[in-house]
Amino acid sequence: MSVLELQEVDVFYGDFQALFKVSFKVEEGQTFACIGANGGGKSTLLRTIAGLQRPSSGQIFFHGEPVDKHPAHDRVGMGIALVPEGRRVFPSLTVFENLQIGAYGGRKGDWNTDSVMELFPLLKPLVKRQASSLSGGEQQALAIGRALMANPHLLLLDEVSLGLAPVVIKRIYEAMVHLVDTGTTILVVEQDVQHVLTVADHVACFLEGRISLEGKPSDLSSEAITAAYFGM
Amino acid sequence: MDWANVAIQGILLGGLYALFATGLALVFGVMRMVNLAHGDLGILAAFVALFLVQSFHIGVLWSGLLTIVIMFVVGYLLQRGLLNFTLGSDDTRPIVVTFGLSIIIQNGLIMWFSADSQGLDAGKIENISIRISDKLSIGWFPLLVFITSIVVIALLQTFLNRTKLGRAFRATSDDREAAELMGINNRHIYGLAMAIALAIVALAGILLAVRTTFDPTQGPFRLIYAFEAVIMGGMGSIWGTLIGGIVLGLSQTLGSQAFGSGWGLLVGHLVFLTVLAVRPSGFFAKTVTA
Repeated sequence: MSVLELQEVDVFYGDFQALFKVSFKVEEGQTFACIGANGGGKSTLLRTIAGLQRPSSGQIFFHGEPVDKHPAHDRVGMGIALVPEGRRVFPSLTVFENLQIGAYGGRKGDWNTDSVMELFPLLKPLVKRQASSLSGGEQQALAIGRALMANPHLLLLDEVSLGLAPVVIKRIYEAMVHLVDTGTTILVVEQDVQHVLTVADHVACFLEGRISLEGKPSDLSSEAITAAYFGM
Repeated sequence: MDWANVAIQGILLGGLYALFATGLALVFGVMRMVNLAHGDLGILAAFVALFLVQSFHIGVLWSGLLTIVIMFVVGYLLQRGLLNFTLGSDDTRPIVVTFGLSIIIQNGLIMWFSADSQGLDAGKIENISIRISDKLSIGWFPLLVFITSIVVIALLQTFLNRTKLGRAFRATSDDREAAELMGINNRHIYGLAMAIALAIVALAGILLAVRTTFDPTQGPFRLIYAFEAVIMGGMGSIWGTLIGGIVLGLSQTLGSQAFGSGWGLLVGHLVFLTVLAVRPSGFFAKTVTA
């Protein structure tokens, strides 16, 4: 059974349609990458899976069960955690409190403040600092750590490398590999194709709300990806 | 009256103002909602306490405790049943709805209890005082109100800083959507915030009712004092609200002493406007952005 399955999902913002009949499956232990240019509907896709956005038609299944009836705050407990675009750490809370709140509605599991700080040692000296005082890279590590505190089965990562220094991006992608080893399934959205193709074992390219190309990275030529990416 | 005496009275009065203001500050802090019926809900609580005393012949203490519990439940239901639906992109909706609520409460109270002034009789404690010197004495009851306000604010601050639920309040205040992603049901949090706010304003209303007379039209005045205390203290700072209340109480009593009894309220408003002009973010503003 697939961890996640989307069947013909349509999503609208008011009159604007962001996703058109999107269908795909994410299998257990996969790192599934959604790439594509701005406005392709990738962030909308993750928000819809996390429950922040409602599909107007189509269905989403998590471990075979439809999740449409569950609001966003229920889905964390089911095992879906989203690291949102723009990091969205709680600015007035300390780093430690941000991690604590990550466990609020989550599941029991191996992740706790200690293991998160082992994964991101840069957070260790910052635990008492207010999250607003952190650098972009530190906030991103905190946002991922916070999501891990919920012990998700499926981790949704939205543009985690955006605006970060290359050395930080490298660290985050190393962490991603480690997460897959611990049994987490990852759905990652990126504009930066090069990095994500090194870790992904399945890729879907989004163009104007539709999947324009899908397959294993090894099966896809860079010309085909470029064409699907820009719609040429 | 001696100036020192007046100053002490003003400080103690500030405690009551702070108590009225705390719930307003909490609700604004957690859900960015301005509740224009806040003062009327405090006065409503005073009438509920009066009704319980008269109907069941219980003491003010028990009636007061029961009223606080009732207002806690009313707050949760009011938020989940009505006010949550006003929250969203349009900030004016909760203002209009709570303004309507304010009118409904005032007129409902007039219909039920008439426009007469009422009092809650707590017995001996209202009149006894501590003599410090010939010219200086402190009333037990105003002192008790002041201490109560400090205890309530300390408890609320501890709740927000130290408990899991308090953390969820602050996270929701920072970023509602991100909080939802953590598994926090913001509608429930908003309900609890309003429940706590109304429990505290109920306490304030009952203490006011014991201290002085009250009638159904007093809510809006209480609301204005509460606003002034919150804004002077600084949005988002609960201890600041206490300082704001004290500054307001002091200005009013010292103003009355200096210019005659009618002038105190005006001096209070003028001091507020001065603070707003000189330090618009208040004494202890705690605004954090990402």
